[in-house]
Amino acid sequence: MQLPLLSILVFLPLAGIIVLFFLDRKNHKTLKGFTMAVMVVEFLFSLPLWFRFDNATAAMQFVEHYRWLPQYGISYYVGIDGFSLLLIMLTTFLGPICVLATWEDVQHRVKEFMICLLGLTAGMLGVFVALDLFLFYVFWEVMLIPMYLLIGVWGNPARRVYAAIKFFLFTMFGSLLMLVAILVLYFYAGKVTGTYTFDLLKMYGLNIPFHMQFWMFLAFGLAFAIKVPMFPFHTWLPDAHTEAPTVGSVILAAVLLKMGTYGFLRFNMPMFPQAAHYFVPLFSILALIGIVYGALVSMVQKDLKRLVAFSSVSHLGFVMLGLFTFNMPGVQGGIIQMINHGLSTGALFFIVGAIYERRHTRMIADFGGISTPMPIFATIFMIVTLSSIGLPGLNGFVGEFLILLGAWKTNWVYAAIAATGVIFAACYMLWMFQRVMFGEVTNPKNQVLQDLSQREIAIFVPLLIFIVWIGVYPGTFLDKTKATTANFVAMMEKAKDTSVSLSQVFKGEAR
Amino acid sequence: MIDYVWLIPVFPLVGFLINGLLGQKLSKNTVGAIGSGAVGLSFLLTVGIFLEYLKLPPQARPVEKVVYTWIASGAFQAPVAFLVDPLSLIMLLVVSGVSTLIHIYSVGYMHDDPGFYRYFSYLNLFVFAMLTLVGANNFLLMFVGWEGVGLCSYLLIGFWYEKQSASDAGKKAFVVNRIGDFGFLLGMFLIFWTFGSLNFREVFALAGNFPVGDLTITAITLCLFLGATGKSAQLPLYTWLPDAMEGPTPVSALIHAATMVTAGVYMVARCSALYVLAPISLTTVAIVGAGTAIFAATIGLAQFDIKRVLAYSTVSQLGYMFLACGVGAFISGIFHLMTHAFFKALLFLDSGSVIHGMHGEQDMRKMGGLKKKMPITYKTYILATLAIAGIFPFAGFFSKDEILFFSLVDGHLVYWGIATAAAFITAFYMFRSVFMTFHGEARWDPHVHPHESPPLMTVPLIILAVLSVVGGFVGFPIIEGLHVFRDFLAPSITPLKAAEHHSVTFEVAMMIFSMGVAGVGIYTAYKMYMVKPELPDKVVAKFPTVYDYVYNKYYVDELYDATVVEPIKDGSNFLWTGVDDQVVDGAVNGSAGFVAWLSAHLRKLETGFLSNYALAILLGVTVIVGYLLGYVG
Repeated sequence: MQLPLLSILVFLPLAGIIVLFFLDRKNHKTLKGFTMAVMVVEFLFSLPLWFRFDNATAAMQFVEHYRWLPQYGISYYVGIDGFSLLLIMLTTFLGPICVLATWEDVQHRVKEFMICLLGLTAGMLGVFVALDLFLFYVFWEVMLIPMYLLIGVWGNPARRVYAAIKFFLFTMFGSLLMLVAILVLYFYAGKVTGTYTFDLLKMYGLNIPFHMQFWMFLAFGLAFAIKVPMFPFHTWLPDAHTEAPTVGSVILAAVLLKMGTYGFLRFNMPMFPQAAHYFVPLFSILALIGIVYGALVSMVQKDLKRLVAFSSVSHLGFVMLGLFTFNMPGVQGGIIQMINHGLSTGALFFIVGAIYERRHTRMIADFGGISTPMPIFATIFMIVTLSSIGLPGLNGFVGEFLILLGAWKTNWVYAAIAATGVIFAACYMLWMFQRVMFGEVTNPKNQVLQDLSQREIAIFVPLLIFIVWIGVYPGTFLDKTKATTANFVAMMEKAKDTSVSLSQVFKGEAR
Repeated sequence: MIDYVWLIPVFPLVGFLINGLLGQKLSKNTVGAIGSGAVGLSFLLTVGIFLEYLKLPPQARPVEKVVYTWIASGAFQAPVAFLVDPLSLIMLLVVSGVSTLIHIYSVGYMHDDPGFYRYFSYLNLFVFAMLTLVGANNFLLMFVGWEGVGLCSYLLIGFWYEKQSASDAGKKAFVVNRIGDFGFLLGMFLIFWTFGSLNFREVFALAGNFPVGDLTITAITLCLFLGATGKSAQLPLYTWLPDAMEGPTPVSALIHAATMVTAGVYMVARCSALYVLAPISLTTVAIVGAGTAIFAATIGLAQFDIKRVLAYSTVSQLGYMFLACGVGAFISGIFHLMTHAFFKALLFLDSGSVIHGMHGEQDMRKMGGLKKKMPITYKTYILATLAIAGIFPFAGFFSKDEILFFSLVDGHLVYWGIATAAAFITAFYMFRSVFMTFHGEARWDPHVHPHESPPLMTVPLIILAVLSVVGGFVGFPIIEGLHVFRDFLAPSITPLKAAEHHSVTFEVAMMIFSMGVAGVGIYTAYKMYMVKPELPDKVVAKFPTVYDYVYNKYYVDELYDATVVEPIKDGSNFLWTGVDDQVVDGAVNGSAGFVAWLSAHLRKLETGFLSNYALAILLGVTVIVGYLLGYVG
């Protein structure tokens, strides 16, 4: 019998939470150990998805479909394709690593922290597997709360509440518009087809009139653009990243931001393809602004975490640019770049966390010459830095190259502007690296720094393996997304043929 | 053996991994042996493949070996694959050969450095990247090597990372190179969307269908050339190379003289099939090359740091190579690349030997009279200097003379005039360095006791000296059939036009003239630095402004700082504090503040009467539902 793998993945963490309730809150080792065990099992259960995934088909796989609230057309409908597989693997892969990183970092309210972590995992995986709009929205909201708590409770005392509320309100604002759009879609689908349903795949084939697509695209798009975040909706990110505990920043960067880009790919573009074509210039230009603006602002940051946060704005700009090319290299590059950003920026936040644990400061000026007391750390930091600036042979290059290649086809000016981001990335990352790691150790507190412990090395090694793997042999990962992307590209191509006439219709109506 | 061409870069990669991961636990001798041995194996394999290639029948050439598909997406395919053809063979031989010598030399030079294993792992990584660059059969894999050598250059320039100037120089090299790489990237996109491939042979074959002067090809070649100016330190992106002298001297010899910086020349020659279709690009290459040759040479006149003299000389000689390519003499460019690799590597290693013997002193004003103390270093340095000055029968004579010749017959009188002037200056400042370093009275600090270097260092010097003397004979001019180099390389190069026959008298006259120019340069240096040592100061006193500009390298670094670096920093600061904090986030916080203000007032609507609320809700629901229904309908 086929195991309901996706349901196991979503509900195992929730079951873990129930067990956690009954564990002794004072015994931190047990709490962390148990959470670790859940995360490891979770990861093991995700492996069959990878190995049994059929690369040849664009159809949904591992599908589970149960009636939930049939009177409203709501069902428990999950499944994955090439767009979600990699993100799910990234999420389950990071789970154990994140728990490992809390070992010394988190010392108060450990039980609640672990509950949040598991809840977050369930929510994130739920978002990636949901194929029912209602179910998706439930997970989307579920995910919001543990993250809000992680920032607000375990964050930096000074500004954590401000950052948490900012994060919450921003996301809520987008979500509510999306909820309205989902409801409109529901009623529209019911009216046109006669069956009221939240089934996402049924929405794909609806052929919604352009004027409606236009507004729906914006409503969904705003929710996702905030999440990405795209300029100018990014200002919650530096605050959230800076104030969140290390693991919070890692998950936020590695997975949560991908909800936005994934949302465009899964919902916006296939459901509203003509509008998507219509909005290519707008979103591409916002992506470009994000790339250049994020890099420039990143360059002058004084706080390591803020620097990494702004660099995320830049990197996610690349992803968005790639997705909006609607061609093979662009979209495949965008997907692989989501994973790359998760690995590299996740690793960067772990790196900042490691020196923060030692020095309790994130200010670049407080460091300098750290390479001498911490040679292993220096090596790892260097590799991650190079990955982040897209050095060929490491992961970042594969994504950036494919994205730029794809973008060139859309409009060569886009690619040329985006490529300047590659130069700026070298500036801000290497300058930061120089100020933190090179030079003489001037601050006596830095002279006695301990190099990475075995536990910390264990956090980085798996990340480094994939940083090199994707760089040297990306075929392993590109193959998984190939069929789904090809199908998507063909669908968008078809939509383009009809988009001209539809937009003319729209203009006619508008007059 | 040719099937194992992929092993050529793999040996040093393995060396890098072993030394990088385990080097700390190994003895210095082991680390040195692994590092040198790995590169030595690459060299031996290259020689074996070279000999095998010579035996191949013409129809079996060139050979391409695919290892695996690296990136594939839709129609885009880029494999890890190698091309064995005359051009790549020459490059592989030069790179692996010179690298081996410099690795052996480094074992002696770096012996007391605590970062010994780190040094050797970086150096092996560099050789891996460089061999990938010249062995690749497509633009993307070439780009991997291209950025890879840039990374190693960054790591090795900043090898002594505790020194602020060293880490600054490393970063500058990387960033300036990235500006060039930006051009390379754009060129690649344009190539792919024009030809549907990044494979050299496919692209060059298809390029034949384009007319001369085609705009797309012109754009492609200009973009690629931007990459070349970054990597090969040409105007306007040359500024990183002199600073790169912060690295250990063998690194300067290997990376910043013999191999990496010549990658741009290699790339232009590799793409000769494209460049010959783009007259505008060729002219650009020639002008930039000639301009750089003379510009850098003049700066070299006024430097006192022995390595800086050699650095500017490198920039200048690279200019010659580009000038050659620019007038269509690609083979001469590659020829000069090869001879330059021998004599410039030797000059740098000699300077390293001097610095080693002088306990780290680099200022020629504090040297002098080292001739007796360091006989091998001195003799080899003289040979290399004669080679770079272009004196018969040393290697540089043949290659430089060819460039001067073609710059006149296929180029323009102006090119030739500039190149000849640069040749004069080169002969002058190179002999200036000879006289200041090895001749005259000893000016060194009392605590310095100069000594000759150990055999581990002098043996590579001697081998390179031999190459600097005889290396030019593979390109013997005038007599038909003796130019082995040209005949061998010809299949890899698309000529600008059919070969012409020139009169022997004319060629010989040109040679004698250029030798005469070099001789005058040498004599002037002799006069100024040996016979009348007070002369230089008088000249300086006579032209204080000119000297100030030359001595301060025309203030180009300051100009770039003021016009590019600072504005970007200021602009970024403005974007952060002005735009991001005030405008974008200001709008966010402002709307939050507005809501707070609004709710403070709207609070008054909360009357507490249930019926008021019920009415409001009813109205609201009616409006919304009515709208939705109307909308859907």
